[in-house]
Amino acid sequence: MKALRSLLDNIKPHVQKGGKFEKLHSTFDAFETLLFVPNHTNKNGVHLRDAIDMKRTMAIVVMAVIPALLFGMWNTGYQHFRMLGQEVSFWEQFFYGAIEVLPIVIVSYVVGLAIEFIFAQARGHEVNEGFLVSGMLIPLIVPVDTPLWMIGVATAFAVVIGKEVFGGTGMNIWNPALIARAFLFFAYPSQMSGDKVWISGLTDATVDGFSGATPLGAAINGPLTDDFSIFNSFIGTIPGSVGETSTLAILIGAVILLYTGIASWKVMFSVFAGGFIMALGFNAIGANELMNIPAIHHLCLGGFAFGAVFMATDPVSASRTECGKWVYGFLIGVFAILIRVFNPAYPEGMMLAILLMNTFAPLIDHFVVQGNIKRRLKRATA
Amino acid sequence: MSEVIKIKKGLDIQLMGKAEAVFGQAVLPEHFAIKPTDFHGVVPKMVVKVGDKVKAGTVLFFDKNRPEIKFVSPVSGELVAVNRGERRKILEVVVQSDGLNDAEQFGSADPSQMSKEEVIEKMLNAGMWPFVRKRPYDVIANPTETPKAFFISGFDSSPLAPDYDFVLSGKEVAFQAGIDVIKKLTDNIHIGIDADASSKVYKSLKGVKLHSFQGKHPAGNVGVQIHQVAPINKGEVVWVMNPQEVVALGKLFKDGVYDASRVIALTGSEVEKAAYFHTKVGAQIKPLVQGKVKDGNLRYVSGNALTGLEIECDGYLGAYHSQITVLPEGDYYEFMGWVLPGLNKFSVSRSFFSWMCNKKEYRQDTNMHGGKRAFVVSGQYDKVLPMDILPEFLFKAILAEDIDKMEQLGIYELAEEDIALCEFVCTSKINLQSILRGGIDLMIKELS
Repeated sequence: MKALRSLLDNIKPHVQKGGKFEKLHSTFDAFETLLFVPNHTNKNGVHLRDAIDMKRTMAIVVMAVIPALLFGMWNTGYQHFRMLGQEVSFWEQFFYGAIEVLPIVIVSYVVGLAIEFIFAQARGHEVNEGFLVSGMLIPLIVPVDTPLWMIGVATAFAVVIGKEVFGGTGMNIWNPALIARAFLFFAYPSQMSGDKVWISGLTDATVDGFSGATPLGAAINGPLTDDFSIFNSFIGTIPGSVGETSTLAILIGAVILLYTGIASWKVMFSVFAGGFIMALGFNAIGANELMNIPAIHHLCLGGFAFGAVFMATDPVSASRTECGKWVYGFLIGVFAILIRVFNPAYPEGMMLAILLMNTFAPLIDHFVVQGNIKRRLKRATA
Repeated sequence: MSEVIKIKKGLDIQLMGKAEAVFGQAVLPEHFAIKPTDFHGVVPKMVVKVGDKVKAGTVLFFDKNRPEIKFVSPVSGELVAVNRGERRKILEVVVQSDGLNDAEQFGSADPSQMSKEEVIEKMLNAGMWPFVRKRPYDVIANPTETPKAFFISGFDSSPLAPDYDFVLSGKEVAFQAGIDVIKKLTDNIHIGIDADASSKVYKSLKGVKLHSFQGKHPAGNVGVQIHQVAPINKGEVVWVMNPQEVVALGKLFKDGVYDASRVIALTGSEVEKAAYFHTKVGAQIKPLVQGKVKDGNLRYVSGNALTGLEIECDGYLGAYHSQITVLPEGDYYEFMGWVLPGLNKFSVSRSFFSWMCNKKEYRQDTNMHGGKRAFVVSGQYDKVLPMDILPEFLFKAILAEDIDKMEQLGIYELAEEDIALCEFVCTSKINLQSILRGGIDLMIKELS
């Protein structure tokens, strides 16, 4: 440790202002603070601080996503060999999936972090940890066969247009990972929807009589088969984006986020509540197959659970008032199911619902703040 | 006695080094200093020169903007130094004590026989007025204003705070005398007491309204108590005082002298044996802490760990403080600190595994544990501010210098101490107390 520390101390003068490699200051700082929590002490104000910082917060979120990532890797392999009709071992399935998924993760991180480092240096800021989470979420919400260059372009778009133009982490209006997803969805619709893209290798191979449709895609054409039973959708052995299929793995993440107190339980709960109530309402009407999917089943399908746990709870783009969080979450659930049911062209309602409510979160907060102001005025005149 | 007001939000930071209820032996220091910087917004104008002899109660300086507000020497002796900082700003006015404790005679008086103006006049002349502070803004009260109420918080809930039941024991008569003086200023006197303490001194008082509070810090903050009992609206003023200052006020009228004596708690994990001490306003802490603290790189804080002021080991006790906290400095690099399980780290979140250890008390140091960021995590502040205020939106209004919004969002009800916990829990390590003070300064400047 000492050697490492003195190495950093030796490099430091060269990357400070006026040093030879001044332009690498933010990069150096990012790596230095990654290795060592800095020796900064509190001045003026509190003398003690809570031990938590942004790195820890983001690291916990990344940790919470890991179960979904691991399951996604295995499921990628499982779906691939199921399509081919081959019986292979668990580890073969997992390794196949890992080889398919890891490049996406790497591309997302390399592209995103490179842009973050450049912006941090240009602004003279420390590199923000926000992308550690976004960079992990992006691979999990795309179909596994998405070309890597598309991932790169979408990530660049999300970081620059979705975040940096607003001023970086903490200032963005929309969830950056969803911006990447939305970009892909609208720029390259053929690679992002249909029945072929969800299973690795299916676009190139022709397998007779095999449908690679996701449950939501399949439900348009008729009742869900046993392959898409509630049990299978909950465990996650269904086609879909890499990390979204296993409600179980996502719930493990949810438990981590809620127990550590990192994510808001109000948002998470109200998304599920909103979706459940909306789906129940549609069950009562039952005009098409999507309406007939049982409410609980709805919550296990598509990106609903993933969005509720990892996307809607992003504190920056969510409602920032405690009352607002109930409304915000509830409406996400409602809109996700609404879009799913009424607009079969966009079976993935969750992405659009969250982006829509990201847009309206400041409005919700505005009303909550106005309520607070009115209460105070009323007290003064009472 | 009304019912108990339960404060549900807040946080008790469990630190090592709470003062035991005994008095430690300590000699009074030779040097005392009054620090004009303790009194927010005061521009000092010196009255005495270096070398002048002073008595306890002799005016050292007054406020240039409000000349009637005078600041007096805590002891008798000789003025030995006026220490200045940048742009010749006066930082410390140092008096060397002669140990005789000669005092200026202001004459004992019965407040019930005096008019309000005479009482105020006496307080101003004897240097007691600076201890009357007002909300909004948390600055020295304006003697020409009429407050809607007078609030005294009878207990301190901040980390390692002194226990006022112990500090005030035996001072019942002087405290009542102080209350009798305050009664001349306003009839509407409120005292907030700790529902779980015996509060003997307060329960025998006449002419005050008691409110008992139960809950975590900041339940003992006077601002929080005002918010619960009679919140401050635009245009309203509430005056506040600390309990020990009420005792000093009582003694001024009973004995006719300025009494600067205070009981303080020497606390913190780096103190060998935390205890209480008799001392005086502005005392140099060196003889107090010498030989009583552990080795190492230490931080001395006049006041508590959340709102106190960093001082040197030969620095001076702040005018409003009843506590000295000694903490370990945190100026070290911690290898991969944000990844480690962190069994000995205190966090409100359960993101460190210290929640598994069920540890009772922590030895926290002054390390920031991270770098400054923009507002990212939401809802953190709301959990530790027991007021109907949306702190984050208020801070954003302050940063935008939007006076109307600041007013609408409740800046009148807050002082730095009320939001110190918000600053403590902040993941983004934002200096909220100085942001709030900046907002308050702007309000004072724009609205006066």
